[in-house]
Amino acid sequence: MTAHAEMTGPGAVQTAAAPMAVPNRFDFVLGLADDALVAAQRLAQWCTRGPEMEEDIALSNIALDQLGAARLLLTYAGEVEGAGRDEDALAYLRDDREFRNCLLAELPNGDFALTMAKLLFLAAYQVPLYTALADCGDERLAAIGAKARKESAYHLDHASVWVRRLGDGTDESHRRMQAAVDEVWPYTHELFTPDPTAPVDPATLRADFDSVVAGVLAEATLTAPETSWMPAGGRNGVHTEHLSYLLAELQVLHRAHPGASW
Amino acid sequence: MYGNDFPADDTSGGLLGEVEAAETALREAAERGRHGAAGADPAAYFAEVIAADQKVEPRDWMPEAYRATLIRQIAQHAHSEIIGMQPEGNWITRAPSLKRKAILLAKVQDEAGHGLYLYAAAETLGISRDELVDLLLAGRQKYSSIFNYPTLTWADMGTIGWLVDGAAIVNQVPLCRCSYGPYARAMIRICKEESFHQRQGYEILYTLAHGTPAQREMAQDSVNRWWYPSLAMFGPPDTDSTHSAQSMAWKIKRFSNDELRQRFVDMCVGQAEVLGLTLPDPALRWNDERGAYDFTQPDYAELIRVIKGAGPCNRQRMEHRRQAHREGAWVRAAAAAYAAKQAHKKEQASQKEKVA
Repeated sequence: MTAHAEMTGPGAVQTAAAPMAVPNRFDFVLGLADDALVAAQRLAQWCTRGPEMEEDIALSNIALDQLGAARLLLTYAGEVEGAGRDEDALAYLRDDREFRNCLLAELPNGDFALTMAKLLFLAAYQVPLYTALADCGDERLAAIGAKARKESAYHLDHASVWVRRLGDGTDESHRRMQAAVDEVWPYTHELFTPDPTAPVDPATLRADFDSVVAGVLAEATLTAPETSWMPAGGRNGVHTEHLSYLLAELQVLHRAHPGASW
Repeated sequence: MYGNDFPADDTSGGLLGEVEAAETALREAAERGRHGAAGADPAAYFAEVIAADQKVEPRDWMPEAYRATLIRQIAQHAHSEIIGMQPEGNWITRAPSLKRKAILLAKVQDEAGHGLYLYAAAETLGISRDELVDLLLAGRQKYSSIFNYPTLTWADMGTIGWLVDGAAIVNQVPLCRCSYGPYARAMIRICKEESFHQRQGYEILYTLAHGTPAQREMAQDSVNRWWYPSLAMFGPPDTDSTHSAQSMAWKIKRFSNDELRQRFVDMCVGQAEVLGLTLPDPALRWNDERGAYDFTQPDYAELIRVIKGAGPCNRQRMEHRRQAHREGAWVRAAAAAYAAKQAHKKEQASQKEKVA
């Protein structure tokens, strides 16, 4: 883990991006699209495995929202790029080094507490992100943001309810929920890596995220860990070992039949 | 409808129209209202309600055997929806396009919804969902044996929609007129969604059958594997069916297993032609005299074996369900503990208020 931290810590971001690529709209949109796609794939893995039947429906619902946002964003990214790639070409025919999602999204599901910690942090980031996009100068992104922010508000609500229940439930659930927060928390920092040239600078979303998350954790009798470890690299295509497996599953059938329609 | 390659009504065999007719009949019966009241002879009144095609409702007196039959049937149906999520859930993460992934995810989610809806209908008969789930996990109640077959290729997502959902609809459409009100109403809603599922499955197969040679082969192989198990979904032949006669008299069931099976075969033949796929039955041919297709019966010995637990996936499906239930126990316990704490806090707050 230490080696991983050294390679992908915030200090390494600049090196990984060198020579400093001109940040462009394609990369930015792709980052958001891949967050949503990878989150959808992870949540879909819960299907038929939820702790109760209602939760199977809820997690599928959230997966569908993320997938819907991913499709809109990938389609737009393909148009921005102008190379003729549609949503499926971008989802199925890129390798892991070409994916731009944050590391948080690709982490394995773990137990239900870990999944809820991931969802809480992702949603607490996506709500202010999509809200800000809804007012940005790019019409397409504004339309997608306006639609997705309502869905993300539900995701945030759902995750918050569960984090409170688990944090303030039984001794076992408290222990598991705190362990999940401890494990996932370091990956939140990557979400707010400054990018002043982006339609929405992620650094500007931090205050909103911090206040929402602090409120939920306090009510849940949980604490954010103090650690200086800040793994990053996803936005530059330097991922955890987990992403390649996730993509292998996602892409296997599509790639087995080159050029086929489905 | 996800495309315009084939006429929209081609696949449902007019079944959706029957669901709508059942819904109208249900509304009209409700408007007519039931005559009389149970009075001193509830059994006679129950018989009158059935004879007048009115609905029996949860508060009504009913024979214990009627109640038990319905609980068994509705529970089995609910369990089938929940276990039935597994064979299709198997392909969500590997769906070959994002559009297909979204449709499949939504479909499996619908099935979870049907399960919950049916458990709620069963609960109106005086049994809880927890009890029913325990019976399933203990192996004391069944689910449809079709879900004990594996989904080996993507084409199985198409075939399950076309044949398995198709057979389920043929079975279930008459249930929209079932004499027990909550079940009839649940079935109307469920059949509408199922006919949408059937159509999307058909469309997957159509796309594959008109795709690359490998896709076409995948589609044909899938139909070959699922045809006879789908025919077996209608249950044993009428001569061997144990529950049928009484259920028909109570208007829980309206057609015999063999009648429904024949209807399904007659519906599928034309659809297979449009798909350009072959149903794996060399004896399949039109019989002018009967006005129906002759066909080879499924292997009922196999059906019995699978029902008794010896199908390819019985153990896997049950273990998957048990594992999800087991691994979710601490989450459910936490939710209950949290709810109790909140209720306690609320009570304390309101007592303080009263004192003040």
